[in-house]
Amino acid sequence: MALEVNGKSYETDEEGYLADLNSWDADVANAMAEADGAPLEDNHWEVINFLREYYEEYQIAPAVRVLTKQIGKRLGKEKGNSKYLYELFPYGPAKQACKYAGLPKPTGCV
Amino acid sequence: MSEQAIIKKFMYVNRKSPYGTIYALESLEVVLITAAFDQDVSLVFTDDGVYQLMKNQNTEGIGMKNFSATYSALGDYEVKKVYIDKESLEERGLSLSDLQELVWEDEDEDYAEKSLINLVSRSELSEIMNNQDVVLSF
Repeated sequence: MALEVNGKSYETDEEGYLADLNSWDADVANAMAEADGAPLEDNHWEVINFLREYYEEYQIAPAVRVLTKQIGKRLGKEKGNSKYLYELFPYGPAKQACKYAGLPKPTGCV
Repeated sequence: MSEQAIIKKFMYVNRKSPYGTIYALESLEVVLITAAFDQDVSLVFTDDGVYQLMKNQNTEGIGMKNFSATYSALGDYEVKKVYIDKESLEERGLSLSDLQELVWEDEDEDYAEKSLINLVSRSELSEIMNNQDVVLSF
């Protein structure tokens, strides 16, 4: 499968995750979010950027519990809870945010 | 039926070098999944398994993903017990300083970093093993 954004083609798997994380850019993240009916705002980007940094450092997408704890540490307790993260990413913070970040599905994802 | 989650003690015994077979990577993935389900997880590195934690791994020449950085995420997954078999290290002319450091952050102490690594003898290891609910060997 492939996703077309601004004339550029991005290879994806059957669930819509990017096949090659190096092909990721902000345009494809925005296009995925718009297709899901909820355009990305700054709060979303904080989480997406965190996930990309985490992957860069540890070579994995963190499970939702790890994500929640790390977001709390880096962005403050008011953001490090599932209620906040599920409001931003109603399809599941780890799964949906990882998809927008161009990462594979999280290890031990819930 | 009680709703209380069942927590078991899972020990993962890693005995093979990191590349060449898929065991090391598969073990690490199962470890993270088990930890994500709030179980009591510990890891053992013994025999050639001690090579899995070597510093400065470079897999470019063999075209495989270098997953050694992922061990540093164990602490984030609340895995706090990593046992290194002392004799296995010595038999290979290695010491703890050849292995990467692994830490977890204690939220209650302002994210102080604490080591996960315990250097143990084989007899200590067998005692620790006897106290597990599940022991899985990779």
